[in-house]
Amino acid sequence: MTTLALMYDRIRWEEKVLTKTAEAGGLNVNRVDAKTVSLDSDWSIEETREKFGDIVLQRCISYFRGLHTTAFLESKGLNVINSMDVTLTCGNKLLTTLKLEKAKVPTPRTLLSFTEDSALKSLQILGYPAVLKPVTGSWGRLVVQLKDKDTAQAMLEMRSRMEGSLNQIFYIQEMVERPPRDIRTIVAGDHIIAALYRYAPEGEWRTNISTGGKGEICKVTGELEDVVLRAAETVGGGLLGVDAMESPEGILVHEVNNTVEFKGAASVCDVDIPGAIIEYILKQARR
Amino acid sequence: MPDDVVVGEIITCPDCGTDFEVSEVKEKGVSIKPAETVGEDWGE
Ligand SMILES: Nc1ncnc2c1ncn2[C@@H]1O[C@H](COP(=O)(O)OP(=O)(O)O)[C@@H](O)[C@H]1O
Ligand SMILES: [Mg+2]
Repeated sequence: MTTLALMYDRIRWEEKVLTKTAEAGGLNVNRVDAKTVSLDSDWSIEETREKFGDIVLQRCISYFRGLHTTAFLESKGLNVINSMDVTLTCGNKLLTTLKLEKAKVPTPRTLLSFTEDSALKSLQILGYPAVLKPVTGSWGRLVVQLKDKDTAQAMLEMRSRMEGSLNQIFYIQEMVERPPRDIRTIVAGDHIIAALYRYAPEGEWRTNISTGGKGEICKVTGELEDVVLRAAETVGGGLLGVDAMESPEGILVHEVNNTVEFKGAASVCDVDIPGAIIEYILKQARR
Repeated sequence: MPDDVVVGEIITCPDCGTDFEVSEVKEKGVSIKPAETVGEDWGE
């Protein structure tokens, strides 16, 4: 029997439903709490497989925890979904932007600075309004709109006074003229499992479900499919949450999530999302 | 608390709103420990 190691640090609704679906699909599930492991560089490939399983689904909420456990398990020969390369790219918005840009996948124009002063210069080049984001982070956290120079100065000062070297990286993006919604697609390999619009709630401009965004079913057009699947392929493929926006020039991809949450999507889409995810994992396990 | 509660799940105290992580599921009830607080690298 194939064992699926489900690496986690917190069990959300997603991890519970994935466990149940995997078991129903004939997999033995070994849930591993990343907070309890002592990974040993001396372990052999066989030992590692014995302790964890035949294939690994990475579900850590902490990005760095996920990245490091994936690096370890992958180097010990286990197939981890998603791979370490994909994780590295998707966990950093700049690395994602650069890959998308290089592959000519439409993505918002982005400027990068490392001090308050140079960030203001970047804003002068880009113009207002603009968007400031942490390169690593999620759920819309600290993603702020810079409407004018005054707001920008205040936000940049606050960010530069925050602790942590990641906070000293200023990733500044053009504000895309989109409707008050974006599009979350869930991708498994070379197809889109589900797509939904996420509408920003009253008094909020971000559309994240975690900030109160409301999902609504989204029909996948040829353009959306083309752009999203090219974005997924460009970052290395796997099980991904590819987020897109409708700009006046067409569909843009603004980020790719590598431990995608799908509770919001499951509540509005008719498709069996956990079923499709497990099917993808089974296919990978058989390879 | 859900009927199918598992180790690693987060339960919130209905009185004070504090999050706890289930550390053991016993025949009757569960053991809990304080949950981790959100880190800046948390997310999808
Ligand atoms: N350049 C942009 N123009 C307009 N809205 C944006 C832009 N970038 C982000 N947003 C909004 O902010 C939300 C959060 O940004 P995102 O880049 O997805 O960061 P996170 O990883 O925190 O979700 C998006 O879902 C979208 O609603
Ligand atoms: Mg997002």
